[in-house]
Amino acid sequence: MALHSEILSKESRPAALRSRGAFGGVLERNAAGYVFLLPWLLGFFGLTLGPALASLYLSFTNYDLLQSPDWVGAANYVRILTDDPKFSAAMQVTFTYVILSVPLKLAFALAVAMAFNRGIKGLTLYRAIFYLPSLLGSSVAIAVLWRQLFASDGLINMALWQLFGFEGPSWISNPDYALYTLVMLSIWQFGSPMIIFLAGLRQIPTDMYEAAQMDGAGKARQFFKITLPLLTPVIFFNGVIQTIEAFKAFTPAFIISEGTGGPINSTLFYTLYLYQEAFGFFRMGYASALAWILVIIISLFTAFSFLGARYWVHYDD
Amino acid sequence: MASGITLEKIQKRYGALPVIHGVDLKIEPGEFTVFVGPSGCGKSTLLRMIAGLEEISGGELRIDGERVNETAPSKRGIAMVFQSYALYPHMSVYKNLSFGLETAGMKKPEVDARVKKAADILQIGPLLQRKPKALSGGQRQRVAIGRAIVREPRIFLFDEPLSNLDAELRVQMRVELSKLHQQLGSTMIYVTHDQVEAMTMADKIVVLRDGRIMQAGRPLDLYNDPANQFVAGFIGSPKMNFLSAKLDETDASHRTIEIAGQRIELQKPLAAREGEPLTFGLRPEHIQPQDNALSLGSASVQLVEHLGGSTVVYASTQDGQPATVLLEGQRPIRIGETIPLSFHPSKSHVFGQDGRRVC
Ligand SMILES: Nc1ncnc2c1ncn2[C@@H]1O[C@H](COP(=O)(O)OP(=O)(O)OP(=O)(O)O)[C@@H](O)[C@H]1O
Ligand SMILES: [Mg+2]
Repeated sequence: MALHSEILSKESRPAALRSRGAFGGVLERNAAGYVFLLPWLLGFFGLTLGPALASLYLSFTNYDLLQSPDWVGAANYVRILTDDPKFSAAMQVTFTYVILSVPLKLAFALAVAMAFNRGIKGLTLYRAIFYLPSLLGSSVAIAVLWRQLFASDGLINMALWQLFGFEGPSWISNPDYALYTLVMLSIWQFGSPMIIFLAGLRQIPTDMYEAAQMDGAGKARQFFKITLPLLTPVIFFNGVIQTIEAFKAFTPAFIISEGTGGPINSTLFYTLYLYQEAFGFFRMGYASALAWILVIIISLFTAFSFLGARYWVHYDD
Repeated sequence: MASGITLEKIQKRYGALPVIHGVDLKIEPGEFTVFVGPSGCGKSTLLRMIAGLEEISGGELRIDGERVNETAPSKRGIAMVFQSYALYPHMSVYKNLSFGLETAGMKKPEVDARVKKAADILQIGPLLQRKPKALSGGQRQRVAIGRAIVREPRIFLFDEPLSNLDAELRVQMRVELSKLHQQLGSTMIYVTHDQVEAMTMADKIVVLRDGRIMQAGRPLDLYNDPANQFVAGFIGSPKMNFLSAKLDETDASHRTIEIAGQRIELQKPLAAREGEPLTFGLRPEHIQPQDNALSLGSASVQLVEHLGGSTVVYASTQDGQPATVLLEGQRPIRIGETIPLSFHPSKSHVFGQDGRRVC
């Protein structure tokens, strides 16, 4: 009651505050809070929003870092969309990568999560071990390691030769395989969606399965009629996150192709092309336009995902 | 239509931990059997073993004379209603009901007919297109029962199906379930820890404690003739009074006991050892505040509850033992008052130290 009346009395004296302007009043009252927020605010405005707006401006200019930017209107965008074979190549590589790696990675993550969910001994240990690749996955060290493993005289081909007498191709220098090797590298980083799937599986009440069992549903029917539908929110979440990640993939391609996107542009990921334009040819304006096109692609994808979600994602509340 | 169930030395162990210790039970076709007992006594475990959701560690389970220990749940002719309802949240009510039938490969028109029929019985027709989240607790309960009905099982299992409902709805559903039993004539096993539910619904009550059957029988037999102190205390509300008593050694016929300073002669001799501490059991509704029958002496009134139709008196005997008295109608009894307590000898029970009935 005392608290209540205090709140009331505060409410009843906003006149003083109003005279100084509501915003000033709020700022004054919450000053301590804003001080604590300051590092983040600095980071957001200085390192995220600022550069983003700057790049938006630069995308309408020609800029080589040495001379000041030269306004060219939409010329960069027009050229990208109408007259840039490397852009089409990069789009093709990136979309192939996204379309292959995301479903495969999710399927693999779900399979492992289901195995874990059956309750095995030492679950926590295995969970940590299986998660490890995701922590290391996009790091330079792992990509370097993969380059060694999959080189034509690498460990994989050595093993194939020793075990099956099969002479493996050059997984990373053959344009037919290079992209698929990168897809595999991505699937191997299934840890984080796996952990999320596992949490999702844990949320499905066991009596749901018992009821299905009483209804005569076998394991397969239980999976397709109970597990999958109840897991759709998690599948959706993982799908969106992983797709965005896949669109932004850079490190593995950079390391494995040594920054070239080769062989024959077969690993020219969008971000890699963008990087080449920016830091190889110092065409900052053009690279900025590329970056904004990627932003638009990812935004559109995410928007359509959310629009489509209502038709297949089941939310309980 | 209905099946008989036989449990023979049924055991359940979780690892090395035994939780059901060799249960023998025969359930007749069409019987409404209720498992009651305190929390953790193994009611659900027993029910789930019958359902096939829990492996049987020992003994034999037979349905209509046929061993079904290893039979899959869906092949036992059983349907189960879960305490949590366990409705499929992503399916409409119709789908919830039809899921099992479709799984069994039934043709669409027949599925449709069965669902409609069950929906009629339970009056959930208007809800068929809704998802479970858009239903009230009582409606969900009906859908859960409907899901069991559509399969036209020979045996229904219920695990505390009403415990999530409010008191009023619980009474209503209780009546409906009893009606449903009469209508369908199927064998039903019903788990509850509410002895009122057990008394009102059951043809046969099975009282469980720590994984053992304490007594099985018709509700009134358990009430009138409890086999032991546990059953006596579990069945009946308010609870039976238990007063400590001792055998009067001077009476060679072993028919006299001493309670609260009173010598009481029983109708039958006691099957008790000499010097064994005894418990004298008397139901609150069998005590009269008069001096005309056998007397427990006078008692001082500690608390009175006026329920309108009845009056509950919490009193204390001369040697300070609590005694509850349930009286018909409204009585002008006040706290602090002293009232005489008496009872009819045919209504008394005497239990030995280990809880067994000795008279
Ligand atoms: N998976 C399990 N592992 C080990 N012990 C278990 C397991 N499931 C049940 N138990 C034990 O078995 C005993 C019986 O449990 P059960 O669930 O059958 O009790 P219940 O009579 O249904 O109780 P309640 O009225 O609380 O539902 C309990 O002591 C419980 O701790
Ligand atoms: Mg239980």
